Amino acid sequence: MTDPVLDVRGLQSEFRIAGRWYPAVRDFTLAVEANETVALVGESGSGKSATALSILRLLPAVGARIAKGSVMFAGQDLARLSEAEMIRLRGEAIAMIFQEPMTSLNPTMTVGAQIAEVIEIHRGSTRRSAMAEALRLLEEVRIPAARQRLNDYPHQFSGGMRQRVMIAMALACRPKLLLADEPTTALDVTIQGQVLALLNELKQSYGMSILFITHNLGVVAQMADRVAVMYAGEIVEFASVNKIFEQPSHPYTEVLLKAMPRVDRDSAGLEPITGQVPGITALPVGCAFAPRCPLRQPDCDRHPALAPLAAEADHVVRCVVRAGQEAAV
Amino acid sequence: MADTTTLSAPRRSNAILATLRQNKLSWVGLALLAAIVFMAVFAPLLAPHDPLQQNIIHRLEPPSAEFLLGTDSFGRDVLSRLIYGARISLMVGFVAVAIAMFVGSTIGILAGYIGGLFDQIVMGIVDVMLAFPTLLLGLMIAAMLGANLENLIIAIAFTEMAPFARVARAPTIGLKERDFVEAGRALGFGPLRIMGVHILPNMASDVVVMGSLWMASAIRMEASLSFIGLGVQPPTPTWGGMIREGFENILTAWWLAIFPSLAILVTVLALNILGDALRDAIDPKLRSENAA
Amino acid sequence: MIRHVIKRLLLAVPTLLAMLTVIFVLVRLVPGDPAIAMLGDQATEASLQAMRSQLGLNEPIHVQYVDFLARALSGDFGRSMTSGRTVLEEVLQVLPYTLELTAAALFIGALLGLPLGTWAALRRNAWPDYASRIISLTGLSLPGFVSAILLLLVFAVHLRWLPVMSAAASDPVDHLRNLALPALNLGIIMAAYITRVTRSSMLNVLGEDYIRTARAKGVSQTRLVLRHALRNALVPVVTVVGLYFGTLIGNSVLTEIVFTRPGLGKLILGALTSRDYTLLQGLMVVFAAFIITVNTLTDLAYGLIDPRVTYD
Repeated sequence: MTDPVLDVRGLQSEFRIAGRWYPAVRDFTLAVEANETVALVGESGSGKSATALSILRLLPAVGARIAKGSVMFAGQDLARLSEAEMIRLRGEAIAMIFQEPMTSLNPTMTVGAQIAEVIEIHRGSTRRSAMAEALRLLEEVRIPAARQRLNDYPHQFSGGMRQRVMIAMALACRPKLLLADEPTTALDVTIQGQVLALLNELKQSYGMSILFITHNLGVVAQMADRVAVMYAGEIVEFASVNKIFEQPSHPYTEVLLKAMPRVDRDSAGLEPITGQVPGITALPVGCAFAPRCPLRQPDCDRHPALAPLAAEADHVVRCVVRAGQEAAV
Repeated sequence: MADTTTLSAPRRSNAILATLRQNKLSWVGLALLAAIVFMAVFAPLLAPHDPLQQNIIHRLEPPSAEFLLGTDSFGRDVLSRLIYGARISLMVGFVAVAIAMFVGSTIGILAGYIGGLFDQIVMGIVDVMLAFPTLLLGLMIAAMLGANLENLIIAIAFTEMAPFARVARAPTIGLKERDFVEAGRALGFGPLRIMGVHILPNMASDVVVMGSLWMASAIRMEASLSFIGLGVQPPTPTWGGMIREGFENILTAWWLAIFPSLAILVTVLALNILGDALRDAIDPKLRSENAA
Repeated sequence: MIRHVIKRLLLAVPTLLAMLTVIFVLVRLVPGDPAIAMLGDQATEASLQAMRSQLGLNEPIHVQYVDFLARALSGDFGRSMTSGRTVLEEVLQVLPYTLELTAAALFIGALLGLPLGTWAALRRNAWPDYASRIISLTGLSLPGFVSAILLLLVFAVHLRWLPVMSAAASDPVDHLRNLALPALNLGIIMAAYITRVTRSSMLNVLGEDYIRTARAKGVSQTRLVLRHALRNALVPVVTVVGLYFGTLIGNSVLTEIVFTRPGLGKLILGALTSRDYTLLQGLMVVFAAFIITVNTLTDLAYGLIDPRVTYD
């Protein structure tokens, strides 16, 4: 098997609040293989976005830092590159798309110019050839009448169309890895389906890997090969998409699945998730999910490690109770 | 906006005090201002010479041990004139702003409270006045009325009414619909009492903060008009008048212009620093930005 | 676009009428008899009467008002009492000097203010930020004539680099030398305003999502500021420049006096000292028209900066 495209080990990212540093991402270890989609799932505040921003080193320069860990990509540790080296890498080998298509495009530049800019920066192309490539990309993400729309401004596009522009911009330099931070959350359901199908198709034709961040398990089912469930800044369960849906093992994953509407189930059976993710300044000493957990035991006061379930090296869970039950079987 | 009007008056002033405590620069402004006020109040005790005493032998002398900041073309002591000049600047600035504040916010409250066509006409005029350069307006009015202390104050007060009307009107419209005002009306309170008791205290802090900012501008205008010769007439010492004299002797006696210039700069700067800090304190958006 | 311009110009008409009305009322609110003010206490009753009828003061107030409006709108602002020439002639003769001065000041203000404000925003709460805040606050606190005199003392009296008086000169180099100090004086004041608003506007823009997008694209810091942030930060800057244009004109009056430079300022001062009320009223109308023009131009500039401003 070839080396993974992205190999993150023991990543810890911290924010400074009132003079003290608090971790937003803790002991984050995850590898993304070539042409694979790994989904990061969790409620808002679980540290998904902070993880993606840490990988691309886009956390604010002041008041945020990567405290520990390594981010291996193409033989380099991104956590230790200089800012100049990161600038060369961003948008070239690793691209990112964001949640808010309405505010994520520059309102005073035409979409063509915004796409062409990536090519100009990284390929040193002339304006003319970069614009020609931008047109090809707009056609590839199926913007109708792309030639006429090349010189339009973002406010002249709908939300779904803007997200297509964002995708075109991200693909401009054929990145090996795409970080997608809730790219369809702000869109209507039908538009969301179209954009996801487009992403899947482009992933195949460009042969890239995707780290896909979402809180929507329906989207996970459609997109992911493997799924990492995040809670309070750490991964609590990591397995293939089938295992996650068929044998969810962490109590939090179970709760998430129960809260998800499904066609094959009566909506009366939906259980809302009670309570909320602890803030990063008030993390419990032991298992972070314990205060909301139905299976809570005295042992949960110890911080659990991410451990494989018995006989399944590729299904890891961070839960003392479940690890114990497995062992007892 | 909703935030600003829901804060009650005492909590507002606490917030202002807290911000002042945090903002070190505002202490510098406050200290400078206190020093200038002290200078103005105790001018007779502080001034080494009589500011009006002419002394032909000591005409246009550069700074020396006897005359620390030199003498002017009548042989008068520049330092003493500078100290007495603070009186005119502060007095004109304070009284003019107080009048502008009172008349302006009364107009604003009335416009907001009465509403309708009255509001539209009054605010239309206010907007036109806001658009006109204040200095030109003050210049014309002072010139037409004739140059003396009262007219100077009237001219400055007139040009600075408009912003107070704007600031007082907005919260009045919001407050007019609020429960406690409705309750007052239901209890049979007259509109004057409602405006005075319920509406005025709720905007007092905003208006006062505006006042400190506009006092800076009033002092600037007093100096400008005195410089042109439309202010308090000689021999009364004013900073603007002293600069005018220094300007006339600029090639031979640099000290005449420079010290009153610095005095104006320091006074206006102190007021602006203070006004800035106060404005940060009452604008919740700015406050959170500063805290971050 | 053209329709938008026309529409905007039509919108300026009521503002102009309101301004003219305020000027009319203001001039008539002044206590005392303008005829006596102009001719002095010793004037004979006959000459006072002649002056009153010449000024139209014997007509009923509403006739005077309509007459004033009609004349002002047709470009007839009356005739100067002292020179005998029309107000329009007087104004047009000196207007180029004032326009040249304000344009140069705007240029200097933008040249200093935009980089300083941007730098402060990028180094927020570090020393460049504090320095730029104190510098701009000082600039805001300086009355126009005080800074003018300080500049005069340093550059003309002490260093002797530039002339003390800046009257008209036919030689282009002398002309520029004459313009330098007055323009620098006004430019510094303008720069103070522009620095302040650029800083706060830049801070807002740098927090926007599209700036993060641009960073994710691999845009360098310089390009990020120049291509992505600056243009978006410009709308509030233009607003402030438009708003403070009146202050700029007010300061230009003082500047022209200090540097003995021809212009509207000198014209006003002359009208004030000779108690030429017709010229004064005419000048106020000219200033009103000036300010309305600037406001209209400011509005039109938004459309050039921000494509989201629609032209319907």
